[in-house]
Amino acid sequence: MKTPFFTCVSAIISKDLRAEIRARELISVMALFALLSILVFSFALELDREAREEAVSGVLWVTLIFASTLGFNRSMAQERDHGNLDALLLAPVSRAAIFVGKLLGNFIFTLIVGLAMLPLMTALYGLALLDGWIIVTTALGIFGFATIGTLLATMTVQTRAREALLPIALLPIALPFLLTAVRATKGILSGAPAAEWQGPLGMLAAIIVIYLALCLLLYEYVLEE
Amino acid sequence: MSEERARIEAENLSKAYGGMPVLRGISFRVRQGEFVALLGANGSGKSTLLRLLSGLSKPTAGAVRIGGWEMPGEAMAVRAQIGLVAHQPLLYENLTARENLDFFGKLYGIEREEREGRIKCLLRTVGLGKRADSLVRTFSRGMKQRLSIARASLHQPDVLLLDEPYSGLDQASIERLDEMLSAGLGAGRAIIMSTHQLERVPQTAGRALVLSRGRITFDDAIDNRDMSEIYRSASA
Repeated sequence: MKTPFFTCVSAIISKDLRAEIRARELISVMALFALLSILVFSFALELDREAREEAVSGVLWVTLIFASTLGFNRSMAQERDHGNLDALLLAPVSRAAIFVGKLLGNFIFTLIVGLAMLPLMTALYGLALLDGWIIVTTALGIFGFATIGTLLATMTVQTRAREALLPIALLPIALPFLLTAVRATKGILSGAPAAEWQGPLGMLAAIIVIYLALCLLLYEYVLEE
Repeated sequence: MSEERARIEAENLSKAYGGMPVLRGISFRVRQGEFVALLGANGSGKSTLLRLLSGLSKPTAGAVRIGGWEMPGEAMAVRAQIGLVAHQPLLYENLTARENLDFFGKLYGIEREEREGRIKCLLRTVGLGKRADSLVRTFSRGMKQRLSIARASLHQPDVLLLDEPYSGLDQASIERLDEMLSAGLGAGRAIIMSTHQLERVPQTAGRALVLSRGRITFDDAIDNRDMSEIYRSASA
């Protein structure tokens, strides 16, 4: 009687992608914010090349966090705006499948923006951000943000002050992702031995596994009235 | 009413929000094929009752059984049997009518060929066959409401719950909706429809439930009785 897990997940992802291709509400807002943010940081750090090199991993992740927060908010607001979340809840599908579907949609949109940022930052900051390990770290970090962001956006979208509440709720919880992702990115960029940045990268992966398990367990309760 | 034929059963159903009671110990049964009009003033608890029956909300006390399955323990089985038309259309504005139905068809686990056939047939039934590939955001309120009914009927539920389906519709759309419900889409189903349009009730429903201050104050067949009179005395 229950719809298969992956049928539901793929239906939600393809629905989100199709709607986004039509409306361009998420990627355009996130990309514009990221572009402006990178430019502002670039101008602010223009005179000090050393500081710019030191700060580039922080700039990347701070920009990604705020851009993705905008995206998560919009993504869940689309479900809320016309009562669509109720329609999802009425279907005989597991709440975990709804979570994974929304999570992967958010991950894809944010990853597109994140990957577009790398060549732009390479050009503006003069550092080789188009590196295989940087891309892996970016993808992992974004997946982590999307995991906790999807859960929290589902909670905050049901409140009036959702635009303000999501960053307030998300940032402290996303701190472990931020710290490990910045350390790993900085290590890779500085050309440090792999042993130095593989630790934070492994920790990032471990934190993602823990958060993902928690979110899968908690999502059902988040959706409860 | 024989117990085994009851499609919808509410037993001593109560609901309170923050200690404020909205529904107080409501009990009733609806048989397969029965069309019940749910009446009551604003704030009498109609929408809350429909949310409880659909499983979107949990009762503070009491039990809901749909087709013999109890909520929330057997929620998956219950969900597969319920179609809900709510205040909001529950449709994605940036998808076409066909894409919306296709998405919900997948969520209900309907196989592709079967799904395509049902979507085509339903869109024709609700008069949207020619607008199947138009985006929902270009639809009028009436068209969205009709598509919403198609969405709620797609998985061929035994129970249809309609929460003020006439709201915001013009006369022509209301008549079309009545036709759809009394003909193909409503046939054989247990239907509960909340409405303020008393004059429409005898044309569609065979029985009325009146809610007042969270209690059922009238529950009987309509026959040829004056709905306004029933409503006035039950709401007093």
